[in-house]
Amino acid sequence: MAQFKDLYDAILNGDAKKVHAATQAALEAGAEPMTLISESMVPAMDEVGRLFEEEEYFVPELLLAGRAMKSAMELLRPLMTAAGEKLSAKVVIGTVKGDLHDIGKNIVASMLEGSGFDVIDLGIDVAPEKFVSAVTEQEPRIVCMSALLTVTMPAMKTTIDALKTAGLRTRVKVMIGGAPVTMQYAKEIGADGYSENASGAVGLVRNLLAGARNSE
Amino acid sequence: MSERAVRKYSTLAIQNQDQLLYGVCPHPLECGLGLVIGGGSVFPEVNFTLPPMNMTDETWPEVVAHYEQMAEQILRRVASLAVPGIVLEFELLPPMTERPEWGAELTALLKRHLQAYYDKHHLAAALRVTPTDIRDRLKPPLMRTGQAWERLNRSLELCAEAGADILSIESIGGKEVHDQALMYGDFPGIVFALGVLAPRDMSWLWGEMGDICARHPGVVPGGDSACGFANTAMQLAHQKMLPEVLAAVVRAMSAVRSLAAFEQGAVGPSKDCAYEGPVMKVITGYPISMEGKSASCAHFSPLGNIAAAMCDLWSNESVQNVRLLSGNAPEVFTELLTYDCRLMNTAAASEGGALQMRNWMTVSDEWLSPQAAVLSPDATMKIATAIVGADTPYHRTLAAGRAAVEILKSGVAQEKLHLSRKEQQWLTRIEDALDALPKEEEALIHDMEAQYGSLYDKQSYGL
Repeated sequence: MAQFKDLYDAILNGDAKKVHAATQAALEAGAEPMTLISESMVPAMDEVGRLFEEEEYFVPELLLAGRAMKSAMELLRPLMTAAGEKLSAKVVIGTVKGDLHDIGKNIVASMLEGSGFDVIDLGIDVAPEKFVSAVTEQEPRIVCMSALLTVTMPAMKTTIDALKTAGLRTRVKVMIGGAPVTMQYAKEIGADGYSENASGAVGLVRNLLAGARNSE
Repeated sequence: MSERAVRKYSTLAIQNQDQLLYGVCPHPLECGLGLVIGGGSVFPEVNFTLPPMNMTDETWPEVVAHYEQMAEQILRRVASLAVPGIVLEFELLPPMTERPEWGAELTALLKRHLQAYYDKHHLAAALRVTPTDIRDRLKPPLMRTGQAWERLNRSLELCAEAGADILSIESIGGKEVHDQALMYGDFPGIVFALGVLAPRDMSWLWGEMGDICARHPGVVPGGDSACGFANTAMQLAHQKMLPEVLAAVVRAMSAVRSLAAFEQGAVGPSKDCAYEGPVMKVITGYPISMEGKSASCAHFSPLGNIAAAMCDLWSNESVQNVRLLSGNAPEVFTELLTYDCRLMNTAAASEGGALQMRNWMTVSDEWLSPQAAVLSPDATMKIATAIVGADTPYHRTLAAGRAAVEILKSGVAQEKLHLSRKEQQWLTRIEDALDALPKEEEALIHDMEAQYGSLYDKQSYGL
């Protein structure tokens, strides 16, 4: 890690410009993209996650680190694609139909992005058909749904039912969250997971993907 | 919008902190069915909502049945407890604003129940109706044109026609920038949203709402809430996602945008979730609604007692119509609010009792959180004084922010307020950010366009 310490520190400090420059310099010096990711960027984001869990960092520090990591990925992604290397898992996220709340969903999306996932944010008031189209077209591994109102929670079930009807349910893991949502509700509607907060959502995505890999 | 004199507040309506009490204000409001708010007593404001359910044409009769049941049960308990006066708040859910006739139907239903209790039991009462601000459907949101505004406008109009006594809203102008800025802890972005965009939207929106009220005699423009701004920050801070000090400074600054409703003719009561309400009461002299410990059904707050210290209505924020042992939740929370109010009013009936009670409620919470520290009567006076001492919404927002920082710093220096090392670092960071902001808003508008220009529609803010 020592040779990429600049990159590591810049991510930890959420300094996107320095991250971009350090990544560029490392590539010019002959570093492999996957080496940069595994030896510097992922450990830096893990440390950011640890600092957040220990309440040393708040969301702004977390998101700035994520944004910094993203600026490095903009340089690495084309190289990795050209080399045929596998990119991180895709996640589709949205606030369900009828619900206009988006800050919680945005935080989850940003934290997932910062953790290296490829996030497709469908926005707010997302109809079940739009989730279905996104799963068909984007082929994500995970679908995240958010609701903040008791009267929009049922749209989560409607969306899961729509995925079933379209024959897509077994292709994705579905996780839900939002103030009125509970683990029990997740079970009732056939979701694969529930998280009560944004940081838990990142761990849940990882667990669901690990579980899916183990069962493959 | 019709031509109307815009109020400009440059002095405080309440000059003496000892006169900043619950249940009384310089401009009591007579509204609804014989109710006087801020005229000596605190009354419950009960808010209620549906349990988890779909809202469709098919389920609409079920929705109506829920509201019938909630109104019947709340008022039955009110009669049992000999409550002298009450406000019911009907906060429309998004589909009820999207389809304005739905909201109007429920408004009429609730008013019918209040009228029946007024006729039979002489229960003084008012119905506050709060359509959902649905203007943020599009990205960037269109605030002054388009289908969402047309529906919201019609919803306000139909609800006024159907029997609302007080019209309110939790407006969201500027939130599209504030959300992003808050998440990244970007203080200039936060100030831009709260001090430039939000007041511009509120001035326009409350002008429109004033016109609607003017067309419907007896309907008063109540007030707004920085719920989508300061309460979002407060909840994120509670979840350890944002610094508490940032949320507290946001609260103080948010009073400036909420004040815009009063500048455009609102007469109170401001919304229950507007914890910035006391600042508005001091400046305008109009009554306010607040919520605290008896709103824990809806959300956490570190303001359980202190929020009541200066209120004129005392609310439960929102509770679902679900069954509890003693009855359904809305009637249960009506009872809680009733006893809270009865105790406050009993204290106020004895010489010096209101001040003593206010002080107890204040001291019990004041220094246990930054959010409470900026809500004490003393802090309220300081923030309000800073606001009226500045000229434009931008300068007022900066002044309120600086006042809040000083209050927090002073609390720390006196070892009353205990902040973690990280929180103290953030307080310094906020102070530095305030000092670094441009002197005039034009410069900030210019700076922010590059960063946030894609998030907001300039024309919606007259920019």
